[in-house]
Amino acid sequence: MADRPEGSAAQGDNRPKLSLHVPEPKFRPGDTVDFSHIDVPAAGSTPRPDEACDPAEMRDLAFGLVRVLGDDDKAHGPWDPKLDPDTLRKMLGHMAMTRAFDERMFRGQRQGKTSFYMKCTGEEATSVSASMALAGDDMVFPSYRQQGILIQRGYPLIEMINQIYSNKGDKLKGRQLPIMYSSREHSFFTISGNLATQTPQAVGWAMASAMKGDSRIAATWVGEGSTAEGDFHSACTFATVYNAPVILNVINNQWAISSFSGFAGAERTTFAARALGYGLAGLRVDGNDALACYAAERWAANRARANAGPTLIEFFTYRAEGHSTSDDPSGYRSAQERSEWPLGDPVMRLKNHLIAIGEWDEERQEKMDLEAAEHVKKVTKEAEANGILGHGLHHPFRTMFEDVFEELPWHLREQADQAVHERQTKFPEGLPEA
Amino acid sequence: MSETETKELPAAEQQDERRLNMIEAINDALDVSMGRDDDVVVMGEDVGYFGGVFRCTAGLQEKYGKTRVFDTPINECGIIAVAVGMGAYGLRPVPEIQFADYIYPGLDQLISEAARLRYRSAGEYIAPLTVRSPFGGGIFGGQTHSQSPEAIFTHVSGLKTVIPATPYDAKGLLISCIEDNDPVIFFEPKRIYNGPFSGYYDKPVQPWKKFDASVVPEGYYKIPLGKARQVTEGEQLTILAYGTMVHVVEAVCREKGVEADILDLRTLVPLDIETIEASVERTGRCLIVHEATRTSGFGAELSALVTERCFYHLEAPVERVTGFDTPYPHSLEWAYFPGPIRIGEAIDKILKD
Ligand SMILES: Cc1ncc(C[n+]2csc(CCOP(=O)(O)OP(=O)(O)O)c2C)c(N)n1
Ligand SMILES: [Mg+2]
Repeated sequence: MADRPEGSAAQGDNRPKLSLHVPEPKFRPGDTVDFSHIDVPAAGSTPRPDEACDPAEMRDLAFGLVRVLGDDDKAHGPWDPKLDPDTLRKMLGHMAMTRAFDERMFRGQRQGKTSFYMKCTGEEATSVSASMALAGDDMVFPSYRQQGILIQRGYPLIEMINQIYSNKGDKLKGRQLPIMYSSREHSFFTISGNLATQTPQAVGWAMASAMKGDSRIAATWVGEGSTAEGDFHSACTFATVYNAPVILNVINNQWAISSFSGFAGAERTTFAARALGYGLAGLRVDGNDALACYAAERWAANRARANAGPTLIEFFTYRAEGHSTSDDPSGYRSAQERSEWPLGDPVMRLKNHLIAIGEWDEERQEKMDLEAAEHVKKVTKEAEANGILGHGLHHPFRTMFEDVFEELPWHLREQADQAVHERQTKFPEGLPEA
Repeated sequence: MSETETKELPAAEQQDERRLNMIEAINDALDVSMGRDDDVVVMGEDVGYFGGVFRCTAGLQEKYGKTRVFDTPINECGIIAVAVGMGAYGLRPVPEIQFADYIYPGLDQLISEAARLRYRSAGEYIAPLTVRSPFGGGIFGGQTHSQSPEAIFTHVSGLKTVIPATPYDAKGLLISCIEDNDPVIFFEPKRIYNGPFSGYYDKPVQPWKKFDASVVPEGYYKIPLGKARQVTEGEQLTILAYGTMVHVVEAVCREKGVEADILDLRTLVPLDIETIEASVERTGRCLIVHEATRTSGFGAELSALVTERCFYHLEAPVERVTGFDTPYPHSLEWAYFPGPIRIGEAIDKILKD
């Protein structure tokens, strides 16, 4: 232990001795899970403030939970977005497609077709529904778990799979880890592996849009664990200072790899409450309730469009599967958590809602799921014609040196020559099929 | 193992044939250090209950308790900063940064703070931290799980940079780092966590257990910082390498029948300049190999030093083999990696006349 400064005696009078608090999740592997401590207000019970509301007046919403879909599978209260059945079916379709896609790609990684994959199972509403509440040309700055946005925006699945396989068809030229998509055409920012960096960038984009008197807003997604990064706090500060037309979506899926949300501060307050200290509007939303997700994102989008200010939304949800193909969650959390999760499953809840209002049935659901799976399977086959990762040598070696700069400086030209020469030495007959 | 290393071991421990991979050896070093000194604390993302994404801290929380081995918020700036604060109190923090690619948010705390506390307080305050972090590529990790940023740290006055290449060294060096009173960056070559690497991605990986350097004695031993390891002896040329590349150059020399003085530098700062000079003066030829990008890489420093200090002994220009000056690509990983062809050609060029 450190000595006190020379000659000094104890001056503090702490009683008892100081002790360090280290957060601990409620359940570990093998534990019986009881989520009764989670407060789940009745659907429809949360008021919906005016979109231009002063953040201080909506303080309670940062601690509540906006919910629309009730136990009776009906939509309730002021947050009901009153979407027509076609829109609801579309929403369900995108969510089902996202799930089918995840299943197939996860399996593809297990079969050795690529190096890595990440599912968003249980969190589909937080990207699909939120994205539907935005305009198609609003700029999104996602993290790695928002494949639902691309699917909702109509990005071709084959492009996604080509990227995942890093194959000849990959528009990102095999440079990025699987799922680190980019599509300027779909106003979808290039995904970074470095957590939370996208959040202040979204604010900057929104500031630029405001500077230019544009009509487009920006939205960013970030995991609850990643809100601990300084970048997220930069985002909040700049958003509030410049009243930027931006939405900060925090996906609180309870886990950050093996670390529960307590390591990002959840033992003390909500993530939505981060908004209050910055003077941002803060909403806390049932992230497994597709209608609530839509309604909250639309509220924030309207607010931003009206120059009324940025919003921080916490989507309270659950990461139903492992962090990624590199992770086995049975080593750190109770397997019961998923089934005991008090907010259910977003796909099931939306499906049951559509059935409850007489706009859907089990047969159609079964058919839709089957068609989604078949479609993904078919597109996967098409993508495989462009190659799977294998040893990865799908792209002309020169492409490795392109885009480092706009123009190739002499040293990269020399290195590119070297790379091509090495390729010819190793494969005089040309690259092997992988 | 060099003679000096063997000499440091008590006779009883030399009998010990316990074989560990590099992960287990690192875990063992942490265990031994924590057992000897209550002030050693381990922290980082997922290092506690789970034991780290590469399992380097497995079992330590159970053994030493949550206040000595704990998870942290995902905030690398904060991880390094609180380690500086704990060091100022008198602890010996061993923070883990999950991947070297994620150390950058902590750079201000490392460069402006940890590296200079001793200097700016004239020794009143020190930063005795050891920042452990897996680095390097070869695992299809793409540009954010593959980088070798060691030169960023060797460029900073006040930081030591250490990189082991074997399980035996990893343990002995890590214990030295933890006991060192200055801040140390300890980069772990993740490609060789489970076994050395010949450079041929299309050949099966051999586990560490098959190699002598996996014999890791129980208990306490140190490998001094600033001392290189002689990997092979040879008269034809000197090869300077560290981390994964030590094994790749060794395999290339074996394959080509080249007799090289291969030096595993182990510590980049402070560097074992005496051993380097003695070797180059003997062989008259020097190849430097690292996986990191070339421009302003540590190889540039080594090349300058060898040229400045051994110029009149050199019979050929100093050569560097490195990664290319691009981000680490995902699919073209093996086109990027400085493998047997690039190394072999450089050796041929140096030996040409
Ligand atoms: C700067 C940085 N630090 C660490 C990591 C390693 N890492 C990748 S994902 C992850 C957990 C993120 O959890 P969260 O933000 O909750 O998102 P989720 O995975 O739950 O969607 C960590 C620590 C990283 N990618 N970037
Ligand atoms: Mg999370």
